[in-house]
Amino acid sequence: MISTLDYAILQQLWWIIIAIVGALFLFLTLVQGGQTLLWQVAKTDLEKTLVITSLGRKWKMPFTTLVLFGGALFAAFPKFYATSFGGAYWVWMLILFSFIIQAVSYEYRKKPNNFLGSTVYELFLFINGSIGILLIGVAIATFYTGSNFTLDLYNRVTWNYTLLGINLRGLEAAFSLFNLSLGIFLVFNARVLGAQYLLNSIDLSSTPKLESKLRKHTWNSFLIALPFLIYMVICILFMKGFNVDDAGIVSLVSSKYLSNLLAMPHLLILLLAGIILVLYGVLLSKFKGSHKGIWFSGLGTVFVGLVVLCLPAFNNTAFYPSKLDLQSSLTIYNASSSHYTLAIMTYVAIGIPFVLGYVVYVWKLMDSKKLTKEEVINEESY
Amino acid sequence: MDFDLTMVNWARAQFAFTAMYHWIFVPLTLGLSFLCAFFETIYVRTGNKEWRAITKFWMTLFGINFAIGVATGIILEFQFGTNWSNYSWIVGDIFGAPLAIEGLFAFFLEATFFAVMFFGWNRVSKKFHLFSTWMVAIGSNLSAVWILVANGWMQNPVGMTFNPETARFEMQNFFEVVFNPVAVSKFVHTSSSGFLFASLFVLSISCWFLIKGRHLKMAKRSIIVASVFGLLSSSFVAFSGDESAYVVAQKQPMKLAAIEGLYKGETTAGLVAAGILRGDKQPGDGQDPFLIKIKIPFMLSLLANRSFSSFVPGIDDLVYGNEEQGIESTASKMAKGKTAINDLAEFKIARKENNNPKADLALARFKKNQDYMGYGYLDKPEEAVPPVAIPYYAFHIMVALGTLFPVLFAAFLFYALKDSLTRESLKKWLLPIGLISGFLGLVAQESGWVVAEVGRQPWSIYGLLPVKASTTNLAASNVQITFFMFFVVFTLLLTAEIAIMLKQISIGPEEGPLK
Repeated sequence: MISTLDYAILQQLWWIIIAIVGALFLFLTLVQGGQTLLWQVAKTDLEKTLVITSLGRKWKMPFTTLVLFGGALFAAFPKFYATSFGGAYWVWMLILFSFIIQAVSYEYRKKPNNFLGSTVYELFLFINGSIGILLIGVAIATFYTGSNFTLDLYNRVTWNYTLLGINLRGLEAAFSLFNLSLGIFLVFNARVLGAQYLLNSIDLSSTPKLESKLRKHTWNSFLIALPFLIYMVICILFMKGFNVDDAGIVSLVSSKYLSNLLAMPHLLILLLAGIILVLYGVLLSKFKGSHKGIWFSGLGTVFVGLVVLCLPAFNNTAFYPSKLDLQSSLTIYNASSSHYTLAIMTYVAIGIPFVLGYVVYVWKLMDSKKLTKEEVINEESY
Repeated sequence: MDFDLTMVNWARAQFAFTAMYHWIFVPLTLGLSFLCAFFETIYVRTGNKEWRAITKFWMTLFGINFAIGVATGIILEFQFGTNWSNYSWIVGDIFGAPLAIEGLFAFFLEATFFAVMFFGWNRVSKKFHLFSTWMVAIGSNLSAVWILVANGWMQNPVGMTFNPETARFEMQNFFEVVFNPVAVSKFVHTSSSGFLFASLFVLSISCWFLIKGRHLKMAKRSIIVASVFGLLSSSFVAFSGDESAYVVAQKQPMKLAAIEGLYKGETTAGLVAAGILRGDKQPGDGQDPFLIKIKIPFMLSLLANRSFSSFVPGIDDLVYGNEEQGIESTASKMAKGKTAINDLAEFKIARKENNNPKADLALARFKKNQDYMGYGYLDKPEEAVPPVAIPYYAFHIMVALGTLFPVLFAAFLFYALKDSLTRESLKKWLLPIGLISGFLGLVAQESGWVVAEVGRQPWSIYGLLPVKASTTNLAASNVQITFFMFFVVFTLLLTAEIAIMLKQISIGPEEGPLK
């Protein structure tokens, strides 16, 4: 049945799947957010061990989701995969390095004879949570602001942005205030989520100072993230966007994303609901002494993430626009895999709810008891 | 088309470097995950705390190895995009699917249950913990299935067609891609050799304990489990190795010729059991490729075609053609390939100019030669030959070691069952061999990888897309910088991994239950 679906429907479906995976990744950056909080909230060895062990039980989740995000893009939108990863070379390479050094840090930090010393592994975690997430935000923001590439007849990418004679291969995206704003917003939103997750997963009765610091940082990180979010939303509403007409010609159109929001009111509702949920979660954590703020802020982040990824892709919009040559811009229709491959991948995607199901089940099972001081002292810990 | 060969070679070196580093850890993950599951199963069935201590010891080493395996693995998936973007576009329609499926079904299984495996001892029931350990083992090996489906397709591209409109290969039959005979034999060979390597790893460390006279009970029990698993795995390795060689002979005759150093094709061809290649040997120069060699008569024909009297083509036959055997020369294929490339260019330009009659004519011409398009990128026929010495020696090292390992497992099993592993005389010969066997296993693993991937050169997609036409349009300096960044970071992490691993081994298992 799936194989008889219209090509355009499969292309749209696959962008939605990718947006869901991307939005879940943004929720899971709670791990990265927690990593950047480590030195600020945990002053004693016990506090550090509690924080790292709690995050360590989840570190593979954002990592794996990022890998799936890449794999799904490769399978469903190979032209984007080739153009962005090959073109914006340095942005992606630096993101990858930040995840490489993260992957060993939990396991090696406290092990005896670990060669680099625990502070270096903590620094690795900080770099991953700050620079890694910042650059991911910058990369996503180029969906709105465009990149400096052209494609030839065979879809081979040429990247052209030089500074002092050096082709920056994507790093120039960090020079845009809008791009940086999204990056900084994601870093501080991740810190909000990280603090809320730690409040939820650790038994803080023996470490009251840790609890008060986590609540303080939930609020402070939110206050820092908020102006960047507001700036981004205002920019998105009024910026020119990359419109695709019926003949497939790409042109810059004023207030394109505002018109997209109005044309797709469900995205507008999701955006508002997302922001309200994040705010509600933060208020719960800060003023109500609640441990459940993470679930509201997390769901809100997923909603906002969905909007950020869907808004520049639907309603005749180029999701990966080229500033150098508008006609090289990528749309979900010209960048996708063939009808056959998308259909096969859609059959595969039927397994996603099953995977999500066991992930949630095991998460609940493992987190049904809060992490205690006794547990990290007497049993396995990072 | 002009290629920046400096960039091509640095990108090639970077892929080889990162993949070989990754491959230090992957086979151990594949096998040690199952060994941990075996140890824990015995613990759950017997309720004996000694087996729990044994499980936890090997699990600690598994965790240390797993972390760096994950760290070195992420770059491989994304490197296709960063360094090989032309490849990613041209074959992404087929190649991306197994990678996405791997992420969805294998990585999440590993990631989810890994946390239970390490932190769930007192949070979930004994049985659910055991289930989680098995899920990690299954997830790791499921990951190997999909990555080898992708790799198998690079070696033997099936189930697809070239679409001139999009200028890329597109999938036609998913099941042909999944059940590609190269992928199937590769998976069986690779996973079973991973089991074998992990068994050697356990054997090695256990021998060290026996030599030092420490943790004897754990060492002896571990050796029994590892020897049985290693022996069983060895038989799969041998069977699938034979099957792999047969499939290579059928699908990649140039690779087979290279790994055997066979330049002049032969009927009733003999298999070179050992030999030293002549350093200055070139295709077509008529020199004997070997300085010295020991050959087993008829065996290569049997291995390659399941027939003692069959013809096995050599490098010269494949490069210069052999009319008698119906083998077309590379030069002829190159001429057709260059015609196909020109016709495709004409087609694309005509399409862009909306000149459909001209486009249709060019397309009809293109279709006649499209299967040879990859050859059109070669500059000379000899470029179709991989660097013979590397896969040749790698293959023979792999086979020699692969022959030694089952003997070693059998010897250890024999002495273990007689309960005489602590005998002093064994400290002089068997235990030292066992001690270094883990390293030998690693050498065999890396050699196998070299055979598969260096033997595939100069192609990224065998016969269809050469490596040099697969790269990103990127200045070589970028790849040089990232190469050295990987070199420094991976080497630091490997050093840390070895230091931590050695320390954990010297600490040993929890003593209490094993006293």
